[in-house]
Parts: sequence; structure tokens; C-alpha cells
Amino acid sequence: MFKRLPDIAGATVAITIDGTPFSARQGDSVAAALLLAGRAACGMTAVTGRKRAPYCLMGVCFECLVTIDGEAARQACLVPVRDGMRIETQGAATSITEPAA
Amino acid sequence: MARDYDIAVIGGGLVGAAIAWGLAREKQRVVILDEGDIAKRASRGNFALVWVQSKGLGLPDYVGWTIRSSDQWPQLAAELKDQTGLDVCFERPGGFSLALSERELAARAVTIERIRLQPGVVKFPVDILDHAAIEKLQPGIGPTVVGGSFCPLDGHVNSLRLFRAFHRAVMQLGVDYRPSHTVHGITHRSGGFRIATTAGEVRAGKVVLAAGNANAKLAPMVGLHAPMRGNHRGQIVVTRRMPRFLRHPVVTVRQTDEGTVMIGDSYEEASDDTRMTLAISTVMADRARRMFPILDDATVVRTWSCLRVMPQDGFPIYDQSESCPGAFVACCHSGVTLAANHAYDLAPMIARGALDAAQLAPFSARRFNVQKAA
Repeated sequence: MFKRLPDIAGATVAITIDGTPFSARQGDSVAAALLLAGRAACGMTAVTGRKRAPYCLMGVCFECLVTIDGEAARQACLVPVRDGMRIETQGAATSITEPAA
Repeated sequence: MARDYDIAVIGGGLVGAAIAWGLAREKQRVVILDEGDIAKRASRGNFALVWVQSKGLGLPDYVGWTIRSSDQWPQLAAELKDQTGLDVCFERPGGFSLALSERELAARAVTIERIRLQPGVVKFPVDILDHAAIEKLQPGIGPTVVGGSFCPLDGHVNSLRLFRAFHRAVMQLGVDYRPSHTVHGITHRSGGFRIATTAGEVRAGKVVLAAGNANAKLAPMVGLHAPMRGNHRGQIVVTRRMPRFLRHPVVTVRQTDEGTVMIGDSYEEASDDTRMTLAISTVMADRARRMFPILDDATVVRTWSCLRVMPQDGFPIYDQSESCPGAFVACCHSGVTLAANHAYDLAPMIARGALDAAQLAPFSARRFNVQKAA
């Protein structure tokens, strides 16, 4: 669905999304990489479990929360990709466990 | 005098909108005169509790008035949903005040007892519980919670959606909502009011002052008195959305229907609502974390500060003008909790032209002018 503009150049950055290698570019945000990789549905709401995707792309809506290099609930739209970065989707809803009843 | 409206409500926050909705249900022609989006708006900064326990120390009638609104809240939520399709997510599962030391718990018990011992106060259900009893009702509390108080009448709503629901509801009933109409003068003449605003004059048969802390300035224009604090600042810390773990609202911590956890109930004397004080929000966050260790892992996504609407003595002010008949004032700290009373009780009285003394005389501003004993 998303395509890179033809006149954008930059060094290649190797990342993994849920363990699958993906080739992003220097200057991409993690959210941009997720959209380009066709992994837009990167999370789910904590209460209803509905799928969420990067939306505002400017740090306001908190719909793009993912786990980056083991740290949960990072805003994908505010973090630039780095070589070797490990991204796990759906981290937002699952990183908190219910207290024992 | 020619009238544009039966009643002008000054202030479009939760208090003004609830009254306007109640008036429109009484078939009144109503205009809401509101400030713009940058108004100091407690309706957008509040903590959204519908709260009973711990209110009314010093004014026993406030206990009964609060319980009445809590009891009318289910009807209000249902009617707003029927009319607007918006669910304000009202819940009344009972709420806690949690103590993190024996001293806090003892102070809490004394406060509840002092409210109960006032002459003429209605009975209200609040229990002091120990750690084990609380844990049964609300799992996940931390080891430093020594106990707390529980009131089954306490609840909460989504107050931003309440604000939107009231605004949608009044417009559906034909209320004229006029933003950017800051009121700077009101004159009473031949059975009506001329209201000077930054966007021209509006004429109405009656006027209701529901402008929060700004009522202090407006009230003397129509022979009323509304002494307000204007410097009662609270701060709120909000986490990212989390799976539901709070079954009950706590007076300082609640989980919204959307999963975010709000941490609040700080107090400081300040009149600038654009700043946070790190020392205070740190204590709030730390206390919340000790109450619910699950929050150790939570990311904070936003914080804000807001000025409470706060009458000088903390209790609501409802009054009608003797020198300018048809002018009313309504201001209170608890615009969310009391919304049902404002819509179902206060508005019909204003439509009829007189406040019911049996119900509202204790809340007159005359209490601020007690004559000195001879």
C-alpha cells in the first residue's frame, strides 16, 4: 500500500520486525518502516483488543506502540531506525500481565 | 424589553451545559454564552469521579445533595445515551481512599467520623477496611497499603465524553451555543437582562451564572456574591493504555474505560494552569506505584495541570438575586458528581423562577456574610 518516493535516497539500515529481516533506510522512523513493510497493524487496544496502526505520525495519538530492542511501548513514529534494531509488534497490550485474582 | 431568549446561561462547561440541558428539557429557549477554546476549562482537566465519601465536613446538607446526585446519575447516563448515542461510561462499583501508613488510615477514619457526627447529616455507607479486606475487593494492591475507606456509592465516568454528550444534547434540543462570547457586563432592566459580550449584546429574560471561578467577577453585576479561590491547582499524570486491572476507582488513581490510568488529586496554591511541578507529580506517581505495583511498568504519556473551580469554603453556591430577580448563580467544585442534580433539580427551579429553599437554602452565599454576634 505504501511506496517510497522515487527521489528519496539514503543508506540502507537492516532491522528485524518480529524476527523477519527488513531493509529500511537512514532517516526512516520505525513507523515508516512498519508501513513500508506492510506491517501497519502493529498493535492492539489494551481493553478491547482491536487492531491499531500508526496514525498521527507525530507523537500524539499513541496508536503505534511497539517493543524496540526489548523496551515495551515505544512510539514507533518518534524513533528513527538503527542498524540491527529489533522491533516486535503487539507489545503494547501484552507486556502487562493481569494481577492474580 | 425585547428578549432574544428566555434564559442565558453564562459558561459552557459541565455546570453550564448540564443546566442548559435541564432548561431545554423544560421547553425554555436557551442560549449558552461561552468563552473560546483557550478558556481555563475545569471540564477538560478534571479527574472524572462521581464521588460521595469524604464530602460535606462543615456543611452537612452537602452530604445529602451529593448522594442525591450519585443516585440520579444512572438515569442521566442512560438519557444522554438515548438522546445522543454517546456512552459516557458511568460506573458505580464503589470507590476507595487508600492509606499508605497507619497515621493516614487513622486520619481517614477520623474524617469520616466527623462527617457522620454532624447534626442533621443523612446516613451514608463508608467502611474502614484493612489490607486483606481491600485486597479481596481489589486485587493487586501493594504491601504498603495498610487499609482505606470504601464507599459503595462512589463511581466515575468518562468526563470528556460527558462534556461532548451534553454539548451534543443541548444543540439537539435547540439551545443556541455561542462560543467566543466572553461576558463583560450584565445590566438588569424592566424584567430582563442585557448581556454585553465580546461579540455583541444578547438579551434574555433570566440569566444563570455558571462560569466557574469567573462567577466571582460576574456575580456583583446582578447583585449576587460568589467568592471563589481561583488558585486551587491540581495536577494529573496519565499512563498509556493498560489491560483493565482496577475494578474500583481510588480517589487518587482511576483507570478509564479506554485503559489509561489517571493519577491525580494533588493540591497546590497556584493560578497558572500551564505548568507542572515535578516535585508534586513525582510524589503522585510514587504513591500510585506503591498502591498498585503493576504501575512500576507503566509509561507516562501525558501530564497536565488545571485550576479547580473552588468556592471560598469548598461548598457549592446556588443563589438567586434579590435586587435583580431572574438572575441565578451556580458554582461548585464537583461539576461531574453534581451534573445530575444540576440537570434534574436545579434547572427546573430556574425555569420556574425560584430556587427551592428547602433543598438549596443551605448553599446560599449568605453563609459568607454571617452577622457578627453582638
